[in-house]
Amino acid sequence: MNIMFAVSSGRYTRANFILPLLIIIQLGLHTVEGVWPLPQAFTSSTERYPLNPQAFYFGYGKQSAAQQGCSVLDTAFKRYFSLIFPDYSSANGVLRFSVDKPFLVEVSVDQDDCESYPQEDSSEKYNLSVCEGKASLKAETVWGAVRGLETFSQMVYQDDFGSYFVNKTEIEDFPRFQFRGILLDTSRHYLPVQAILKTLDAMAYSKFNVFHWHIVDDPSFPYQSSTFPDLSSKGAFHPMTHIYTQSDVRRVISYARLQGIRVLPEFDSPGHTKSWGKGQSDLLTPCYRGSTPSGTFGPVNPVLPSTYQFMEKLFKEVSSVFPDSYIHLGGDEVNFSCWKSNPDVRAFMQKMGFGADFTKLEAFYIENIVNITSALNKTSIVWQDVFDYHEKIPEDTVLHIWKGLPEVYQTELSRITKAGKRVLLAAPWYINHISYGQDWRNYYTVQPQNFSGTEEQKKLVIGGEVCMWGEYVDATNLNPRLWPRASAAAERLWSDEKQTSSVDSAFPRLQDFRCKLVRRGIQAEPLYVGHCKHEYQGV
Amino acid sequence: MFGSTKKLGLSKSRRTGPSELTELQVWITSPDSECDDYPSVTSDESYELSVDLPFAVLKAPKVWGALHGLETFSQLLYEDEYGAKSVNATTISDFPRFAHRGILLDSSRHFLPIKVILANLETMAMNKFNVFHWHIVDDQSFPYLSRTFPQLSQQGAYHPYTHVYTPADVKMVIEFARLRGIRVIPEFDTPGHTQSWGKGQKDLLTPCYSGSKPSGTFGPINPILNTTYDFMNQFFKEISTVFPDAYVHLGGDEVDFTCWRSNPDIQQFMEQHRFQTRLQLLDIVTTTNKGYMIWQEVFDNGVKLKPDTLIHVWKGNQEQYQNEMANVTSSGYQTLLSTPWYLNRISYGQDWHGYYKADPQDFKGTEEQKKLVIGGEACLWGEYVDATNLTPRLWPRASAVAERLWSAKDVTDINDAFNRLSMHRCRMVERGIPAEPLFSSYCPREYKGI
Repeated sequence: MNIMFAVSSGRYTRANFILPLLIIIQLGLHTVEGVWPLPQAFTSSTERYPLNPQAFYFGYGKQSAAQQGCSVLDTAFKRYFSLIFPDYSSANGVLRFSVDKPFLVEVSVDQDDCESYPQEDSSEKYNLSVCEGKASLKAETVWGAVRGLETFSQMVYQDDFGSYFVNKTEIEDFPRFQFRGILLDTSRHYLPVQAILKTLDAMAYSKFNVFHWHIVDDPSFPYQSSTFPDLSSKGAFHPMTHIYTQSDVRRVISYARLQGIRVLPEFDSPGHTKSWGKGQSDLLTPCYRGSTPSGTFGPVNPVLPSTYQFMEKLFKEVSSVFPDSYIHLGGDEVNFSCWKSNPDVRAFMQKMGFGADFTKLEAFYIENIVNITSALNKTSIVWQDVFDYHEKIPEDTVLHIWKGLPEVYQTELSRITKAGKRVLLAAPWYINHISYGQDWRNYYTVQPQNFSGTEEQKKLVIGGEVCMWGEYVDATNLNPRLWPRASAAAERLWSDEKQTSSVDSAFPRLQDFRCKLVRRGIQAEPLYVGHCKHEYQGV
Repeated sequence: MFGSTKKLGLSKSRRTGPSELTELQVWITSPDSECDDYPSVTSDESYELSVDLPFAVLKAPKVWGALHGLETFSQLLYEDEYGAKSVNATTISDFPRFAHRGILLDSSRHFLPIKVILANLETMAMNKFNVFHWHIVDDQSFPYLSRTFPQLSQQGAYHPYTHVYTPADVKMVIEFARLRGIRVIPEFDTPGHTQSWGKGQKDLLTPCYSGSKPSGTFGPINPILNTTYDFMNQFFKEISTVFPDAYVHLGGDEVDFTCWRSNPDIQQFMEQHRFQTRLQLLDIVTTTNKGYMIWQEVFDNGVKLKPDTLIHVWKGNQEQYQNEMANVTSSGYQTLLSTPWYLNRISYGQDWHGYYKADPQDFKGTEEQKKLVIGGEACLWGEYVDATNLTPRLWPRASAVAERLWSAKDVTDINDAFNRLSMHRCRMVERGIPAEPLFSSYCPREYKGI
């Protein structure tokens, strides 16, 4: 099946003509081609400079608005030092061969946004210039500087004897899309905080910048609310071991911030809320069999005022806990049969003049929730179902497209952008849908702006998301399943589409990047046969 | 069993509770326990376990049964919400339905560090698997460090120092397995799947021709040269001493004849001698006193085989492999089934259902024929698998195969299996094995390694 994909790393090729090509690729991997995602504009060179961890410094430029004391950059310098010199530990002692010339990475930013959170429109642009003895990294914001440091760290390599080098280069880089996210689902399976933090690390390596935390759903409610503690004490898989305390949540948010990653919480309703009803009685609609309650419950009950009082209090808390200006309200896959069976709901439908059209009831519900979150100064993101059902949502609401094959989602992209709404694309990147073989190629070849529409419409695609739904995923298999397949989408969302149109050129680069991930402690699975110099040594 | 519970000092003054179980007696009931032997396909793995007061008793004819009984006992323990452990009074009489219950790992497509191999041997024991089929070399790399032909791995491994199995490594795997009642059957697959062999052994592989000139590429092992057989003789002599199991797997699958056909020297030989060359290789192995296992192609192509050959069925859809099982057994050969258990073929959802439902004796044949089915193997081919994703991909899906191969034929209730397998999966996680989830759920102790 995959004979044509068998680009091996050097020795066991059959035809001799492949060898020179591979040599070029190997050299290429030591230049900017070795960076993933591929920077927008660059010139590279084979001229290289040696680096010595004992004579290597990060520093702030004189003109930089941010200086020492800037938490984001100070911690980034520490972090990237270890990533750049993985063999080095200061316990190694001082062994100097000669007086080494120091190498300085000088970082300058225009704005001192060091103590703020990354925003939807934060500039992630950076310029990186590497020459003898010095690398100059210039960016508008600290977030751009962090992206630039990631790029620089991927350009440092070791020869067969362990000596470090970096090649001369000039890079001007910025992301194609502002919103490049990963969705993790902590309801179908609880994910320990460590697993989330590890994911944030790996996200930074691929320049993802939004962590979409699908924190609660039907199976469990692990979010420990200070306003409604029963939600998790009754709704989590276990009230003590399978919850996220306020402290856990703060930790995730601040860890993400230091890597320039926004945390977007999703409290999905009115569907996907079974676990909410355990700790909040009367929240869910009681389903009826004929004229008596059947004992089961359906979506959130949209007819009771208590529902909206509850939601207002909950979202008030969520808005203050999660600092991002966006919030995801869900709104997908609402099953109407329970609502239909309930006499109070039917009566309400009559009163409101909805007739038998339950989409109007859902619309009514969502409008109310969006009003609540708007009043809290949050912009809402909702799944596409909400648009498909009605249109009375604020202009700046973002629609999240998740359904269908390309023909289907391209049509949806056209429709929604025609109505002037911004969209996020997730449909082609449901990477929880595993299959045998090199499926990363499918994720790589997605064209997010390939749909019929005007240039204005195409600009309304603000980005995309890789979704790792949790039905079959927890900490035992999250990392190999997420990486490096999500990285394929990362390049699609960051890099220039024309420069990254060849899957075959991407293959050796992604293989190499995957080995880098493994070296950095990310349990990224292999793309195909081959090996890494440093294999994963765990179980 | 007791996980991270710290060992409290054993003080004599400590009184035991009125109904605390403090002792599990283990009796080996036959005169030769086989303690210092290697397990074999005829080993007696049966045991009887009686959990009762004042002490529980585990009786087994051989140590192999005792090992299985200990595993069973460890699985009978359960905890209450405060962590107190209990076990119910039980009587169990157990033995495997099939004698050969194997896992295949592929260390050629990707090198597998020893640690991950050992961790999976440990998990195999938790699942009562008893054969580790080590597909150790193949086209892509030759990690086996041969003392007779060190060039094979020097030139053929992904890296001659960091991506090889030294004699010490191999010994460690074999002994680690033996202590868990697991046989290690190496596979040195020939004449196809041998690209990496040619790096360190010149003239071993057939030079392919395009037209009348060599094309520069190489094909399967060259069957017409005497040097080939000299090499094979010496090589398998070493293998037979390094690996103590009575069987060796010779491969024999997917031989591409085009290269042989293109080579003028072979053209003459092929028509007459093709089958005989394969037989020659098989003869070589016989002189080492080992039995051999081969993939089904060798049988399908009509090669004459020794009567104690074990034929490994791996191809086709359900109808096809069931026919193959019928054919192989009606010719009087023992057989193993792997076709429905290619665990490397992942898909979305609970694919363990399919593995659980497949039965090696589901084919049209006589009772005699069905007796020739000695078991099966779950295969985890390595094209897309290495230490980063091997363990979650193998477990708990292979556990579904484990029950099919051990338990009675009529144990088929899939809903009950789901509940039990979910618990078993959490048990593996608690023991430090990252067995992936079956569906939305939770374990009291989630996986701690990241």
